[in-house]
Amino acid sequence: MAVTRRGVPPDVAYDVTVIGAGVVGTAVARELARHVGLRVALVEAADDVGEGTSKANTAILHTGFDAVPGSLESRLVREGQRLLTAYAAESGIPVEPVGALLVAWDGEQLAALPGLLEKAERNGYPAARLLGPAEVRAREPHLGPGALGALDVPGESVICPWTTTLAYATQAVRSGVDLLLNCRVEAVSQAGESHLLSTSRGPLRTRYLVNAAGLHADTVDRLLGHDAFTVTPRRGQLIVYDKLARDLVRHILLPVPTALGKGVLVAPTVYGNVLLGPTAEELDDKTATGTTAEGIAALREKGHRILPELHDEEITAVYAGLRAATDQDDYRISAHKEQRYVTVGGIRSTGLTASLAIAAHVTELLAGTGLDLPEPHDPEPVRMPNIGEAFPRPYQRADLIAADPAYGEIVCHCERVTRGEIRDALAAAVPPGSPDGLRRRTRARGGRCQGFYCGAEVRELYERGAEMGTG
Amino acid sequence: MRRERIVDVLVVGAGPAGLATAAGLAASGVGEVEVVDRERQAGGIPRHCLHGGFGRLGMTGPQYAERCVAAAVGTGAVLRTGVSVTAWAAPLTVDTTSPRGLERITARAVVLATGARERPRAARLVPGTRPAGVYTTGELQQAADLHRQRIGTRAVVVGAEPVSFTALDTLRRAGVAVAALVTEHPRHQARPARALDARLRHKVPLLTDATVVELVGRGRLSGVGLRHRDGRTAHVACDTVVFTGDFVPDHELARRAGLLLDPGTRGPAVDGAFRTDGRGVFAVGNVLHAAEPARAVAREGTLAAEAVRRYLSDGDWPSAAVRLRVAAPLAWIAPNRLTPDDPTGAFTLRTTEFLARPTLVITQDGRTLHRTRARRPAVPNRPFRVAGDWTGRVDVRGGAVRIALG
Repeated sequence: MAVTRRGVPPDVAYDVTVIGAGVVGTAVARELARHVGLRVALVEAADDVGEGTSKANTAILHTGFDAVPGSLESRLVREGQRLLTAYAAESGIPVEPVGALLVAWDGEQLAALPGLLEKAERNGYPAARLLGPAEVRAREPHLGPGALGALDVPGESVICPWTTTLAYATQAVRSGVDLLLNCRVEAVSQAGESHLLSTSRGPLRTRYLVNAAGLHADTVDRLLGHDAFTVTPRRGQLIVYDKLARDLVRHILLPVPTALGKGVLVAPTVYGNVLLGPTAEELDDKTATGTTAEGIAALREKGHRILPELHDEEITAVYAGLRAATDQDDYRISAHKEQRYVTVGGIRSTGLTASLAIAAHVTELLAGTGLDLPEPHDPEPVRMPNIGEAFPRPYQRADLIAADPAYGEIVCHCERVTRGEIRDALAAAVPPGSPDGLRRRTRARGGRCQGFYCGAEVRELYERGAEMGTG
Repeated sequence: MRRERIVDVLVVGAGPAGLATAAGLAASGVGEVEVVDRERQAGGIPRHCLHGGFGRLGMTGPQYAERCVAAAVGTGAVLRTGVSVTAWAAPLTVDTTSPRGLERITARAVVLATGARERPRAARLVPGTRPAGVYTTGELQQAADLHRQRIGTRAVVVGAEPVSFTALDTLRRAGVAVAALVTEHPRHQARPARALDARLRHKVPLLTDATVVELVGRGRLSGVGLRHRDGRTAHVACDTVVFTGDFVPDHELARRAGLLLDPGTRGPAVDGAFRTDGRGVFAVGNVLHAAEPARAVAREGTLAAEAVRRYLSDGDWPSAAVRLRVAAPLAWIAPNRLTPDDPTGAFTLRTTEFLARPTLVITQDGRTLHRTRARRPAVPNRPFRVAGDWTGRVDVRGGAVRIALG
């Protein structure tokens, strides 16, 4: 099996090892796997892919209209957006091109819009335009009073971050990458032409190393003797409103960035909910993914001003994610030729959008440090299960149910997840490492009742499936 | 590729209310009565309440559920389980999914009996981490009693209403010690004997005027943070927390149909004949008022069957209705619409505060219709009732009727 959760790492000399199986690490592993013949390992401290920053973010496929023009981030986001849009269509990753409105609520914000329009153009995004208050109201009838205008960015989309990471990991694993979970890198030493990684599961030998450790990229960088940047976890608390609120909002409602920070957005999700957040709290604890009463209260107050009717809607989930902020306004991607090592640090909220472009960039850098890359092949396309609402889900498909009645057997009623989908997720190339991992693959137990009806049954299916698996 | 079918009455939900409605209708010979339920087994919530106290004879939940099912099936109602209603195709037509495929069912009358659920941790906005070991009573009962899953070793139960004490029993059967019952109210809201038994015989402390303000733990819950009304805080170590009570109607179908909802109950607004504002659509049971005991909702089902039968024979549907509104600390009243031909017998209310024999004043457009003093105290999370003998004085063309404390 190419996915393991325990046992010592295989006693082979890997050509490349990627540390961190978030959206960036899995994308890099997938890209490397295109070069058939390379022996690639993907190691991850958590028990599943996408367990860090990648699982808890605002799930937006950005145009990059507001990046710093000329920055690496600006280029990779622009390229990545194009690549991921195409990849999502091919792989069945849920995406909804709903567009964004940057709504101005006061004079200062209104005055900032023309500058943002100009910045969008400098970032190679010509489709943005300014809207007057009447047009804003017509586009978003449930908006609270006082919207003075907006910048319309029609290219912004919402996407499923879970399926994206999983699709990359699946393709990497199917192409021969070894995915080692529960495998924390504790030290790195040099043995001739190789790095010797001491991991929580035992030693692992590799010639080249990619550090895509997200929040811990600075720690890993220091294991290799570098002190180039420090990752400061920036906590973002988010509230997910019930799907019955989905009709209240049509676009991603972005705040206008001002001197006071980036602010709070309201956006639809591909699962049919409404997302409100994030907060922005600078912390030093990289495990502080808890929510706070103050954070939730502040979000609700802001959200209800943007969309007053949210006030009466039920809340489905509250969570917090940590962004990997550094002291610089750009990605920190650098190659260390003499060490056969590439650092991918400071990948912030745009990392999901940029992931495929980052992967291509990192692979080029690896080649520059001397890695001999065999000719790339297009990998076998992957087709992910649809957990979004834009296309028919299994419970809506007579053809699927006729072929396999398990797709007609709804287990999680709030999210309409069928037994067939749960079974498939448990038997997949990258099976979940916990009931939460199963939720991110199927949405089971992720709805308004949070398991009141289905929790016990979903856990039972998970445990039975996990027993049968080799994990 | 949907099979299309027509029935006379479609009942959505095979809990005590839906089954009683179906049994009453099928017995009165109105034609084809079909009950669909999304669960694999019919019977509703009582199926996983292993404790006694159901029905007049005090049977266990599963026994009671079985009896409800047998009564409905015995009268000739068609019962189909594992069938989920997923959408409305027309005002009296629904789309369904089951392992047998997709269907579109049209009925002369639709009865929504979709029941209620407890609000989970997220909806109650309890901050902290997201560890395992967090339950509602519904999930706990299914996990411990139906699936025999390992629950934990030491639990905190949030709530001190009747269902909270039920959660205590389930935890005890599952071998889980209970660190405390926590209620935001100054007293528990169960029968005194029940509370006494928990405190004295089982040594479960009751923490009043306190709320859970934080969940702590990575992977598995390690404890909860509490705050007393006076500001004191405490940490209680536990690996399990059960959020009990705080029921809300499962109103998704009512809402997707565009039916008028009541802001207090959050269920569809209905009159005394269980009529919603959608012609031909009735609603019954805990989707109207979360949550009343099984016996009470089954009795509603019997009354609803009579109302549906009448509609099928005369086709009358009220064109106008007066809304009922409550003032705090009253939380809701049901039924909450008044129609001219309404046979309303009694109303059920809830309060958010303990009230010693409250006086209710019922007014319309500033005119007092009725004033009455309750015979017993009103307790949060428990029903109290007011008779409907004043409804004849309501002006059907007037404004909303207001129910407030005198």
